[in-house]
Amino acid sequence: MTVFVGSDTRLVVQGITGREGTFHTLRNRAYGTQVVAGVTPGKAGGDVEGIPVFDTVVDAVRETGANASMIFVPPRFAAEAILESADAGVDLIVCITEGIPVGDMATVHSYVKGLDVTLVGPNCPGVISPGEANVGIIPGEICTPGRVGLVSRSGTLVYQIVHELTQLGLGQSTCIGMGGDPVHGIGFIESLAAFQDDPGTDVVAMVGEIGGDDEERAAAYIADNVTKPVVGYIAGFEAPPGKRMGHAGAIVTGSKGTAAAKAEALEAAGVRVGRTPSQVAELVQAAAG
Amino acid sequence: MDLYEHQGKDIFRAQGIPTPRGIVAGTPEEAAAATVELGGRSVVKVQVQIGGRGKGGGVVLVDSPERAAEEAGRMFREGFGDLTVDRILIEELLPIAKEFYTSFVLDRATGDHLAMMTAEGGVDIEELARTRPEAIRRVHVDPMLGLRMYHVRELTGTLPLDAREGAADVVRKLYAILGEQDATLVEVNPLVLLEDGAVVALDAKVTIDDNALWRHPDLQELSAAFPIDPVEARARDAGLQYVKLDGEVGIIGNGAGLVMSTLDVVAQAGAKAANFLDIGGGASVETMSTSLEVILSDPAVKAVLINIFGGITRCDLVAQGILEALVRIDAHVPIVVRLDGTNARLGREILSGAAHPRIVPATTMLEAAQKAADLANDGEAA
Repeated sequence: MTVFVGSDTRLVVQGITGREGTFHTLRNRAYGTQVVAGVTPGKAGGDVEGIPVFDTVVDAVRETGANASMIFVPPRFAAEAILESADAGVDLIVCITEGIPVGDMATVHSYVKGLDVTLVGPNCPGVISPGEANVGIIPGEICTPGRVGLVSRSGTLVYQIVHELTQLGLGQSTCIGMGGDPVHGIGFIESLAAFQDDPGTDVVAMVGEIGGDDEERAAAYIADNVTKPVVGYIAGFEAPPGKRMGHAGAIVTGSKGTAAAKAEALEAAGVRVGRTPSQVAELVQAAAG
Repeated sequence: MDLYEHQGKDIFRAQGIPTPRGIVAGTPEEAAAATVELGGRSVVKVQVQIGGRGKGGGVVLVDSPERAAEEAGRMFREGFGDLTVDRILIEELLPIAKEFYTSFVLDRATGDHLAMMTAEGGVDIEELARTRPEAIRRVHVDPMLGLRMYHVRELTGTLPLDAREGAADVVRKLYAILGEQDATLVEVNPLVLLEDGAVVALDAKVTIDDNALWRHPDLQELSAAFPIDPVEARARDAGLQYVKLDGEVGIIGNGAGLVMSTLDVVAQAGAKAANFLDIGGGASVETMSTSLEVILSDPAVKAVLINIFGGITRCDLVAQGILEALVRIDAHVPIVVRLDGTNARLGREILSGAAHPRIVPATTMLEAAQKAADLANDGEAA
């Protein structure tokens, strides 16, 4: 079993004809993902290596039965692309685009929370269920099928920790890159809930970083709702306050959002927190028994 | 992007929010002349992109042009904290009856706008939120709904009756600024009631969303006023995410999370990172040359650690980029390189084949951090 993406995912790619869009669409298809359609306004009737292109997501859903969308459109149009997919009735939207104005995302967030749709991202590497489907830019070849669920704000830390897990012979059920923006779709809590309910997941690894309070809220959620073992990691102990560390959301504001406070909150909720990516993998191994 | 107070107040005035009369001064003489124009007394306010100016001696009331020149001179000379000061705001002194606080901030936890108001002005709001949260009125505003009259009544209801109407007007205009200017923070501390009954924004703290600057060329131009470290400017122009830190191990990595993690692991290995540098998905010779140049221009750097986990980035290209960069620039310190992920084996072979005297290979992130820390501390890898 997997969460969010799997063998029944039928993907439409918004921005399929752009350079990045085409490249990753074909990689996802080569991995085994069912890519059924693409959308680029004005290019209906064409195709990308046999994948039919439509003008709108509604057309793509009607013609191909797509149930998930992946977004590669530029930041000024990406918020609109999310809304378009949400209105077209897909179950899952994965927005890879980085640099969307946060005010636009606040409006999107407000709208989609009233709908029955799961938004992942923006500014995220996507979701992969090893051996079944890859929706996004996580390199499929570093992952192996298994029973560890992984959720991370950072993309390259997904790679690093998956690599450490693989070294120890631990495969993954699903890896979720939730993204580094301040206002985003699903976070740790929704991912933990999905892994808790997934019979294919035994242990969850959650990878946080400085900024905001997603990790603190996740800690409270875990204490009350999660019975599967959870292992944590927080990046940014050395980050100075007031400096944005790459991601739009990775900033310690005053005394808020420090790595130390997050690690402490998780440990208080019974989460074992690794101090290095290798230690995270070792803790996962111990928890998996 | 954090605006200077005087820039924030320009936005306030354009929106019709009452502010004190003010004049920006670039010299002590201008500060004196401005004080004369404002009636012989003034408030001298240092212009920097951080808070805490009141406590730090950055806001001073003066009763003569000479005193204004004196205080301005001190601020220009001494700077504020470790920041240099190139401008000061001289404002008229107003007869204040009461002080309050109000703000709108984009709330990451809820994904909407959080408005706050308290009748206790001139306070440290974080401190007040900790000690007496009940003194602060908080209202979440759904961006699809917008600011409603009942929101405003709830907020201003904590103020004395004679201030509510004026404050309500300010609150509505602050909310308009959020939307129209793509602000993620507008804060007025203090918002004051004058003896004549007017409600005036005595301060202005405005943060604009960097991701939305393309919509606001006028605001983009304001950033020219901000001091920026020349090394940071060079990195930014090359599309690199660079933050200067105060350690001795120069760091280059791909992806914000992995770079942050690298800083932490270096600290655990007993050294301190000299910087944060994220090359993103770039592996070109150009990217690697600029990154190394930027890092080696910091005299504190005693060793460099390049930590790459190739996803889309190919490690063979990274290895070539490093070698070609080292032809162009003269590296005077050891460079520890760890490559993993896409084409890592090929990348490592390229580096070992070149046998460059400055390159120290490492196979894991921990080993790389330990080697870099040891080299920075005593010049030898363990």
